[in-house]
Formats: sequence, structure tokens, C-alpha cells
Amino acid sequence: MPVQTKKIINDGNRSVDEMLEGVLAAHPRHLKSAAGSPRSIIARDGPRAGKVGLVIGGGSGHEPTFLGFVGKGLADAAAIGNVFASPPPDPILECAKAVSGGAGVLFMYGNYAGDVMNFDMAAEMAAMDDIEVRTVLSTDDVASAPRDQRQKRRGVAGNFFIFKAAGAACDRMLSFDECERIARKANDHTFTMGVALSPCSLPQTRRPNFEIGPDEMEIGMGIHGEPGIARGKLKTADEITDEMLDKILAEMAPVRGDKVAVLVNSLGSTPLMELYIMNRRLRRRLDDIGVSVHATWVGNYCTSLEMAGASVTLMHLDGELQTMLDHPCDCAMFRAG
Amino acid sequence: MTAIDTAGLKTMFDEIAVAIEADKDRLCQLDGVIGDADHGIAMALGFGAVRDVLAALDLSAIEPTALLNTAAKSFLNAVGASSGPLYATAFMRGAAAVKGKAALADADVVAMLQAMAQGIRDRGKAELGEKTMVDAWQPAAEAAATAHAAGRTLAESLDAAFAAAERGAEATKDMIAAKGRSSRLGERSLGHMDPGAASAVTVIGAMRKGLA
Repeated sequence: MPVQTKKIINDGNRSVDEMLEGVLAAHPRHLKSAAGSPRSIIARDGPRAGKVGLVIGGGSGHEPTFLGFVGKGLADAAAIGNVFASPPPDPILECAKAVSGGAGVLFMYGNYAGDVMNFDMAAEMAAMDDIEVRTVLSTDDVASAPRDQRQKRRGVAGNFFIFKAAGAACDRMLSFDECERIARKANDHTFTMGVALSPCSLPQTRRPNFEIGPDEMEIGMGIHGEPGIARGKLKTADEITDEMLDKILAEMAPVRGDKVAVLVNSLGSTPLMELYIMNRRLRRRLDDIGVSVHATWVGNYCTSLEMAGASVTLMHLDGELQTMLDHPCDCAMFRAG
Repeated sequence: MTAIDTAGLKTMFDEIAVAIEADKDRLCQLDGVIGDADHGIAMALGFGAVRDVLAALDLSAIEPTALLNTAAKSFLNAVGASSGPLYATAFMRGAAAVKGKAALADADVVAMLQAMAQGIRDRGKAELGEKTMVDAWQPAAEAAATAHAAGRTLAESLDAAFAAAERGAEATKDMIAAKGRSSRLGERSLGHMDPGAASAVTVIGAMRKGLA
């Protein structure tokens, strides 16, 4: 019997529901669950008549993604799945009903086969309730498919920027078409690369969900531990940051004078110290090529349980996306403006 | 030839729940190699929920279609994920294929299997050779239909389905994933059995045990 990982849990099968109880207890001013649907987390302040509703969601284990980004100015609701598993259609549908203000509902989530099937089924059910749903998938993970197959890429930490921009568009009472356009543009302008150093383990199994040598790292690993693009010896922070940034810049192709927003994200257990060391290198590299950083976020934004590792996300800004990022929001686990 | 009523279908689902629970760790390990290590958990959760919901039903009061639709909804709401919509669609299509029957004759069971396999293909938009559960389900359904058409018994037809599913799952080792989470791996998915195809073999094996 292999040694189980250590976790502060009661029952691995109850972890998601127990977490939600704790979240609602901590953030009563921001969050509630939909009546009769505890896995549908709704913003207390946000949904309103005439506003495009924004429903995000996906598997648990990535906190503060998704539920931490529910609140005025960002998402109106999040549908919560089991650990690393898409929510089923019912809680998604309840979110759509709860946030529909008659102007349409946007579904936004990371591009994974399971999420697409469940959200599409929910969208079909919403249509029967006369709620028009449009879907914008996030596909920011540069490592997960070649550039000419961007639509096949996974959505990872860049979700934060993409949801933020779309949520601002919705909060500014823009039309359904405009909200959808800005959401798609936000995704097109967002690029993420990750690196993993040690595995995570599911509460139900408490077994490491992949194996990696004590001196190894894996570039491009997904936020569920899906294998990445290259495994090698652990390098220095500067070398790792360069390797990730080079891949992002090759696609984003910024020119001198361009602006970006930066997110340096921990996959769970990598501490702020290491994230800031990476950010130091990022800033030097961006300064060198004359790209200015409009805003930087550093911390746990899209995690993979207790995985060690980090991701770097750049959003290539124009005036419109900058306005959307600067738009105030007030969520349980994130505030801006 | 004995017709299969709702009690028979419940036995089938009980067998699936037992078999998947016993296979849970192997499925998680297969998934850990090329995916996110939760396939066994999702399948066990889903079929466990189906077993519990069916146990509370008055089987004499419903027809096979209602039982299969109940199973579909229970599985979906317990699981979500990829397997939720795929198996829920399979059971709903199976339900539609036997609509109006109080009990299933051999031909109905074969039609149910074919509808299930088609439902999985449609929902997942997957074709043969893309390293998914379709690579086990489609040959299994075809083998059952061929055997039945050749005059074989239900037990023999389901044996043929199981053997075809096993061969199909084995063949996924030589495929490069084109659908689902492992499709981002490209050639690194080679050499590993698709966990969805592996669990399909377990499900089909348990169906054979429960039905024939």
C-alpha cells in the first residue's frame, strides 16, 4: 500500500461540498447558493435586469478559480464540479436561470471535452427556458497545442484575465454582441505557460497523480497534471522564466511600446517568494524589449490542489482591454478598482 | 430465451457498479498516465449513484425506458466530467431504443447496445481510431449485432461484444489520441490504453454478466 499524501480533509468524497459550506460561511456578503442547487454559486450583487449574465465554472481544485471570481463586476455565477471534473448540466442551468437579466447569458470556461459537453447540454436546456446562451471558451495554454490549432488549447490561469475582461463588459451593460466580442478578444490576447515541479493528489485517492523525479521539472504541464511538452532537470528561476516567456513572446509578438498585464500564478504550493523571483526576471526581460507592464498580479489565482509549480500569463493590452481590466470588481476572493 | 424486465436491468446496473468499484484504482492509474487520474473515481461515483437510485425504485411500476432514463440522470448529476454526458447519453438513447417494451427480448438488448454506442459517438463527436471509449463501444455493439443476426443466443452475442470491446481497448495502445484530454499529448499518448476504453470493457463485461 503506497503512502497516502497528507491532507486536512474529513471525507474525500465530501470535500467539495464541505468546502462550499465554508466558502458561503466566510463570504456571505458576496456569495449565496441557488435555491435547491448547492453547487450553483451566485453573486449577491451583480445579476440585474438588462445586463448580460456571465456564468463561469468547471471542476473544483483550482480555487480561487472559479468561485472566487464571482461578484459584482466579474462573474455573476459559477457552477462547481467535483475535483477536476466538469459540473453536470443541472447546476449550470440553475446558474443561468439565476443570472439571466433578459439580455442573454455568456458561458465561459476552460476548453476541456467534459466541460464542453456539460455546458452545451445546459445551454440546450436553457434555450428551452427562453434563455439565450452564447459560449466563449478560454484557450490560453500555449503548451497544449500548436499555434495553428489555438482552438484546441486548454484554458488555464489566463481564465483570470479573460473572465475579468468579459465580466467588466457585462457590468458596463454592453450589448450581448459586444460582451461576446470582448470575451473572444480577451481570450485571443491572453497567453499562458506553466511549469510543474511536483504532483498534486486528489482528495479521494490521496495518491500523487503523476510521477516526477526529485530533480526534474515539466514545462507545459496542465492544471490537472496532464503531461506537458518537455521534461528536464530543474533549472534556475531565471532560466525557467526565460523558457516560458520566450514561448509566450514568440506567439504574442509585441512591439516596442506595447502594453501587457502580467499574472504570475502559483499552482498551489509554490510560495510567493519564488513567484516574485520569477516576476523580477519577467520585468527585466519586458523592460529590455520595451514592453510596459500596465498591471501585475502575483499569487494563487488558478491552482491545481497542492501541485508545486507556477504559470506565467501575459495579456496583450489595447485601450479597450486595459479599460476592462481596470474596471472595478468586488468578489469574494478578488477586488479591483 | 428469457425476456429482460426492469429487475433484470437493475441486476445489470448492480453488476456494473460492483465491477467498476473493483476496477477503480486501475482506471485511475491508467488515466494518471495520459490524463488527470480521476476516471475511476468518476465512473465509480456515477454507477454507485445509479445503484442507489435504482434500489429505491418500485421496479414493478416502471418500464425499462423509465429505468434507463433514471439511470442516465443519476449518473450525469453525480459525475459531470466527460463520462457523465457520454454515459448519460448512452443510457438515454438505450431508453429510446426500447420505448414501449415491458421487457426486452434478445433483439431489444442488441438494439439497446447499438443505440448506446451511437449515443456515445454522437455526444463525444468521436470516430473509431481516435483513442476513446468509442474504440471499445462501437466494435462491441457491432459484434453483438452480427452474432445476433447469425442466430446466436444473447449470451453468445454478449460474449462476442465483450471480446470485441477487449480487442478495441487493446488497440487504443497503438493510437494517438485525437479527442479528449489526452489529445494534447500527441505521440506521447502512444503505448497507453485509453482509460475510457478500458472502463467500457469493464462495463460491457458486467452487462454480459448481468443480462445473460
